[in-house]
Amino acid sequence: MTAKVTVEEVGRVAELAHLELTPEETGHMLTDLNAILDYVAELNELDTKGVIPLAQVSELGDAAGANVVRADQVQPSVDRAAVMTQAPDSDQVFFKVPKVIER
Amino acid sequence: METFVETPRTLTELRAGIASGATKAADLAASYYERIAKINPRLNVYLSLTKERALEQAARVDEAAAKGDPLGPLAGIPVGIKDVLVMKGAPATAGSKILQGYRPPYDATAVSKLEAAGAVLLGKLNCDEFAMGSSNENSAYGPVRNPVDTERVPGGSSGGSAAAVAANMAVATLGSDTGGSIRQPASFCGVVGVLPTYGRVSRYGLIAFASSLDRVGPFAANVRDAATLLGVIAGHDAKDATSSTAPVPDYAAESDRPAEGLRIGVPSEYFAEGLDAEVRTAIEKGIAALEKAGCTVKPVSLPHTKYAVPTYYLIATAEASANLARFDGVRYGYRSPASETLSAMYSHSRDEGFGAEVKRRILLGTYALSAGYYDAYYLKAQQVRRLLAEEYLRVFAGVDAIVTPTSPMPAFKLGEKTGDPLAMYLADIYTVTASLAGICGVTVPCGKTQAGLPVGMQVLAAHLNEGTAFRVARAVEAAGL
Repeated sequence: MTAKVTVEEVGRVAELAHLELTPEETGHMLTDLNAILDYVAELNELDTKGVIPLAQVSELGDAAGANVVRADQVQPSVDRAAVMTQAPDSDQVFFKVPKVIER
Repeated sequence: METFVETPRTLTELRAGIASGATKAADLAASYYERIAKINPRLNVYLSLTKERALEQAARVDEAAAKGDPLGPLAGIPVGIKDVLVMKGAPATAGSKILQGYRPPYDATAVSKLEAAGAVLLGKLNCDEFAMGSSNENSAYGPVRNPVDTERVPGGSSGGSAAAVAANMAVATLGSDTGGSIRQPASFCGVVGVLPTYGRVSRYGLIAFASSLDRVGPFAANVRDAATLLGVIAGHDAKDATSSTAPVPDYAAESDRPAEGLRIGVPSEYFAEGLDAEVRTAIEKGIAALEKAGCTVKPVSLPHTKYAVPTYYLIATAEASANLARFDGVRYGYRSPASETLSAMYSHSRDEGFGAEVKRRILLGTYALSAGYYDAYYLKAQQVRRLLAEEYLRVFAGVDAIVTPTSPMPAFKLGEKTGDPLAMYLADIYTVTASLAGICGVTVPCGKTQAGLPVGMQVLAAHLNEGTAFRVARAVEAAGL
């Protein structure tokens, strides 16, 4: 958990997250990520062997928000025309984007 | 020191005036818009106003009042909405450039519930970008200034929501709290802020940051008004599968019950190194006031507290990296012009649209979730999350509420912490544990420092025990510290 992040790793993670960082940004992020990861390494002090991960508080004893499954019935949703007005580029039916596949 | 503090009139007083016709909802809304026009240029609290919608609603309330029709509990009350909750047709920026120009085609559930109760919704309030921040300095639209002292931050991320109430630019507001984003700014601005139990208020229409932590909650000038607002927005919503089906109590009535006989736990870990001396003194006075009000105060221990901030920042950033993947320039908001390919369009839009803190958190979250690191970071954090939650449940078996400082320090100066993200994260040290555990809490003003900066006491209670937290907060408020 104390592994240092490298410039290459920042680049790889940025690519996974669809972020394009300038060399300057990459430098800052490298410093910040390493400082933060050093700090979160404190968690290594704790023995968590056998502890079941808690992803969602709904499962706790008296907690609110128990998972609810609705009936499988068709319900009206937001009108397509209203949604499409928000698109940066559309033909009112589909979203238009730059080409996906290079020929 | 430039200050804009003004206390709004109480809900009870305003509501009575509107019901009797002595106060017109339309005049009240107009007077708020006047004050906003006058002081917003200094404070940067509102990002946009929803005047047309507000005035139509005010007219409806006045008409109903004139006819003697039954009025909702918030009839004619001017309320502001944090700009992470959507209102149909109104700008919803989440404090980000990437949502510039977006006009959502629907209302958040909390928003429609407020309006159904008669509230007049004035506009959208400034906040840190995607609710990520503890000072409001991460807003793409400039920081909010603290109405108590304009050289200081209002806290974050719901800085606009807290400042609006403190400066009487709304009677009450809605904010969101993922790691302290309601409680910390409420304490910095000297107002009441409520963290409802996870699932108590629907998240439908809340722009997501970290879905297992995000809550919607109210701000008000006093505990009773905050309780009334929570009663309006709480309840099950079919549109949020994590919203609780538990019945909604009359929180205002609960808050009227004396705190006498309640058992209050004081965790030593929240009074350790790093706590400002003046904040400590103020909170100790608050605790003494609770004893005087007939509460039994006893020390409790939450030994895993020091692991809460690292746990929180791993879980919150992991969830954020997934949630913010939706901002890709395809369906709404900002698209970078002139990209040759789809992939370039994604990364250009995101790179130009997101600010530095959001990118930092997306990268950290993506890293923590990536192959080879998932177990060491994300899974480990989820295991510690269980330890933290169970520790609270054990303590709540012996006490009704836990009281702590809301923040280790009073409002700091603009620019003081912007260079050091880690120092900024540590400002959340007293608030993130309750977020991870899903429990509820209220922050209530509890005295001031010598420089006149507000100190907030955080009152935490077990899941769905908001009523108890309100009773304790009310006793602190009544002490008039």
